[in-house]
Amino acid sequence: MRKFFNDELEKLNVDLTKMAHLVEVSLENTIDAFKHQNKQLAKDIIANDRLINDMERAIESRSFNLMLRQQPIAGDLRAVTSALKIVTDLERIGDQASDIAEIILGFDGEQVYRTVEHIPSMAKKAKLMVHESIEAFISQDLQRAKIAKKMDDEIDQLFQEVKQEVMEIIKENHERVDFSIDFLMIAKYLERIGDHASNICEWLEFNQTGKVNNHRLM
Amino acid sequence: MLNKIETKELNLYYGEKHALKDVSLNIAEKSITAFIGPSGCGKSTFLKVLNRMQDYVDGVKIDGQVLLDDEDIFGQGVDTTLLRKKVGMVFQQPNPFPMSIYDNVAYGPRIHGIKNKKQLDEIVEKSLKAAALYEEVSDRLHTSALGLSGGQQQRLCIARCLAVEPEVILLDEPTSALDPISTLKIEELLMELKDKYTIAIVTHNMQQASRIADYTAFFLVGEMVEYGKTDKIFTFPEDKRTEDYITGRFG
Repeated sequence: MRKFFNDELEKLNVDLTKMAHLVEVSLENTIDAFKHQNKQLAKDIIANDRLINDMERAIESRSFNLMLRQQPIAGDLRAVTSALKIVTDLERIGDQASDIAEIILGFDGEQVYRTVEHIPSMAKKAKLMVHESIEAFISQDLQRAKIAKKMDDEIDQLFQEVKQEVMEIIKENHERVDFSIDFLMIAKYLERIGDHASNICEWLEFNQTGKVNNHRLM
Repeated sequence: MLNKIETKELNLYYGEKHALKDVSLNIAEKSITAFIGPSGCGKSTFLKVLNRMQDYVDGVKIDGQVLLDDEDIFGQGVDTTLLRKKVGMVFQQPNPFPMSIYDNVAYGPRIHGIKNKKQLDEIVEKSLKAAALYEEVSDRLHTSALGLSGGQQQRLCIARCLAVEPEVILLDEPTSALDPISTLKIEELLMELKDKYTIAIVTHNMQQASRIADYTAFFLVGEMVEYGKTDKIFTFPEDKRTEDYITGRFG
């Protein structure tokens, strides 16, 4: 029974998986472009962000349509509403990767990736957290999501370290203030990416339990 | 929330057929309780037990208890006319009597001995107002009830039920023969009436149960599978059979 509706839910899931992979690739490329000062790659990331935004709209439209025409309830309603929430977080991660790519375009060819010691660790951790959150969501693995969500604390801690480092750099060399602010912004974007990955884990929890952080929403 | 009705291990047999199996369920006072489930699951049978409509069906055997305000409705000396005055019923097909609107509503009070015209006038007006019908019929109270639309006829049946001042109103798919606007009017009416009455409704319309019921019970092949707050039943049912039914994946 409900073959049409089941097929539609499956299509929603396939779209969501595609979008998640686009976002993951975008973040990986951003870190790569940053590491190797690859301006062409940075430009591609910014251009490709449009694809992610389009997918967000397509998934939203599909979800609204399902709600309107199929009136999902119980587990079906959680599946559709969590898809609607997750696309927002995925889209934001895409935006932030693109924002970092914009900053990379402004760098002047120096070997900047390791200037602030904790940024590479932060980037690595953010990339891993996004990957784990997405994989947890695709495989509906709540345990994996819980582990992924904990990485957010490490990212927040690394952000504090970056802030300290940047302040030291500014104190030591006033001519590098612009440059330092760029680093701080990159770190802030990475920190926000961690928050969005954390939200993805929460929406997986909601999808399976009706709760977020043990608080019942539905 | 106080319980107006409690059933305890209620079993009902139509001859060999075991139609209700150990149903223990509480119906909360001054709230709406919906019974849902596929055709033949026992929900209407259960509803009809609550005011002993099954007394008229041959070969029915009932065991277990049905308590109304802690008193067994199958107890010795229970007057079924009085029971049905307290526990009124509205059916799927609007069934006004072939008489005037006024006489339909006054029918019950007259049977219970009220003869005074002024008093009857008051009851008719009050009941029609409570059933959200008065405005539409006040200028034709003495014309035939059969001239009303389906939705108006059903509200008339509710007014007729209210006229004898019941405590419980049972409704067996009261909107399944009505158009969407009439359906919404009845739903709004029930939401208002629940402040004063205990309401139990059988419905095939899941959205209707989720819109108006405070509590919902899911029946399947004579068993009451799950009962709980409506929010809970429609968002996170405990039993897989409930989830399969409400999400349309049953059978």
